Amino acid sequence: MAEVTIRALSKAYGGLSVIHGIDLEIPDGAFVVLVGPSGCGKSTLLRMIAGLEEISGGDIRIGARRVNNLPPSERDIAMVFQNYALYPHKTVAANMGFALKMRGMSKADIAARVARAADILGLEPYLDRYPRALSGGQRQRVAMGRAIVRDPQVFLFDEPLSNLDAKLRVQMRTEIRELHLRLKTTTVYVTHDQIEAMTMADRIVVMRSGRIEQVGAPLELYDRPANVFVAGFIGSPSMNMIGGVVHGGMVQVGDVRLPLPAGVIAVDGQEVILGVRPEHLSVRSEGFQGSVAVVEPTGSETHVVVRVAAGAELIAVFRDRVAFRPGDALTLFPEIGKAHVFDRASGMRLSP
Amino acid sequence: MSARLSPGRAIAAHAALLTYTAIALFPVFVIVINSFKSRRAIFADPLALPLPGNFDLVGYQTVMTRGDFFLYFQNSMIVTVASLFCVLLFGAMAAFALSEYRFRGNMLLGLYLALGIMIPIRLGTVAILEMMVASGLVNTLTALVLVYTAQGLPLAIFILAEFMRSVSDDLKNAGRIDGLSEYAIFFTLVLPLVRPAMATVAVFTMIPIWNDLWFPLILAPAEEVKTITLGSQVFIGQFVTDWNAVLAALSLAIVPVLVMYLIFSRQLIRGITAGAVK
Repeated sequence: MAEVTIRALSKAYGGLSVIHGIDLEIPDGAFVVLVGPSGCGKSTLLRMIAGLEEISGGDIRIGARRVNNLPPSERDIAMVFQNYALYPHKTVAANMGFALKMRGMSKADIAARVARAADILGLEPYLDRYPRALSGGQRQRVAMGRAIVRDPQVFLFDEPLSNLDAKLRVQMRTEIRELHLRLKTTTVYVTHDQIEAMTMADRIVVMRSGRIEQVGAPLELYDRPANVFVAGFIGSPSMNMIGGVVHGGMVQVGDVRLPLPAGVIAVDGQEVILGVRPEHLSVRSEGFQGSVAVVEPTGSETHVVVRVAAGAELIAVFRDRVAFRPGDALTLFPEIGKAHVFDRASGMRLSP
Repeated sequence: MSARLSPGRAIAAHAALLTYTAIALFPVFVIVINSFKSRRAIFADPLALPLPGNFDLVGYQTVMTRGDFFLYFQNSMIVTVASLFCVLLFGAMAAFALSEYRFRGNMLLGLYLALGIMIPIRLGTVAILEMMVASGLVNTLTALVLVYTAQGLPLAIFILAEFMRSVSDDLKNAGRIDGLSEYAIFFTLVLPLVRPAMATVAVFTMIPIWNDLWFPLILAPAEEVKTITLGSQVFIGQFVTDWNAVLAALSLAIVPVLVMYLIFSRQLIRGITAGAVK
């Protein structure tokens, strides 16, 4: 186990720069999730840690070692890939033991380590099978077994659950989390799914266009997003963004005047974005008037899309059963104390 | 599979395919049946089946007794197998490099290597002969192997590079993380996965080499290095042609290539990749 330290890391393909000087500290034993939209550089960053991509600038350290120029096999890492990448012509046991065999470990040691990993993952009945005879979830478990047996300093996961169906994904999410609690190995996990990030991570790293937007614990990101991008990316359904102008301690949104949340430092005339989570909208007699466009019941809660003035849409989430129908008139009022205020020009958070 | 064909269209499709098969197989059929007949019977009724009345093995007897037929056979086998081995090995290696590594001029090199598909190697016969004379390789099997390797490489690289691009990057990267060298990744991960493509290339490469008359005639006409196609020519004279022997030799020449085809076509089975990815 070791911490991973990344300093001023950059990556360019020819003249095209895709990672722009990233600094990141991954503490020993942490479960860190890199999340962001596709093309944000999260997979590239992971592959640079793994040694599968060359580093154009900056440093990566695993523990005390600077690994920039080490080949992947010498970095003491293990990686789990999105499409499993099992060796098709090797049995499950051989797949798991292969890296150890390459290191020249004795047969008895390999067998012991494979048996231990198989025990952890419940793979004993399948050790003699070939990957093609396994289901998707089992294959992903074998891929994890292959990582576990190496007892590496860092686990790297590259969207490991993307190919699984929804139910299995939730189950594997829990399994990976439990595995981490048990092994306490430093883990870097890449996903584009913010729910995976929220549920699994100790710390989330939100990335966009090769830069880190914010680093923090899941609820910290949810409660205090640093900018409009993080606010919109974390949370589902995503945060409502309402444009407005500050005027005398109030925010003027269309013809609705709302008090500025406490602690916001803004000057008169400053254009701001008011961010309101769907669960912080409630039905009142005053507020944003509109008509119900879509009602999406999920069972435990109901999402209601309301079309308000000027074509904008607000999404509200109600915990209790509501009987709205498309076309109904509805007035929504935000819970001011829980609203977020961002500067329109820079997108940065103004709320404390 | 597309939608089911209606019975009428199915019959039409099968009729077209059967007609084509019949046309394609007819010359082979005629060669084989006539090789078992007497000379008189061949000319009297070329399409008759070999029956007790006209059955005669004289052609095969001539082939077995005259000339070093087994030597010719052996030469053809050596040349074909050696060329095939070189084409597959070097073709696959070049294809791996082109598909796997990003380097300056990758695209140009790929185009240059594919250019050979469009330019017939026979245009260079004179230059090749001069080269072989200069290097003292005339009348050796090595000369033929070298020429056939050059002839087979462009298509092999073209097809294999395309297939290798479809091999999962994750699988190769998993190998790299497990500590495999690039050679080990090529031989133990990529080659088994492109086996169907290798078999296709092998069939395409093998048949023209086995059947070729041109280069053996020019580069290796000496008795001890004659190939089977060239060897069969001894039975074709300017004034008299021993048709029994020619047909028997041709019938025999079909056998090895057929066997090799069957071996490779067994490899064309798909589904080897199942379970590797997704």
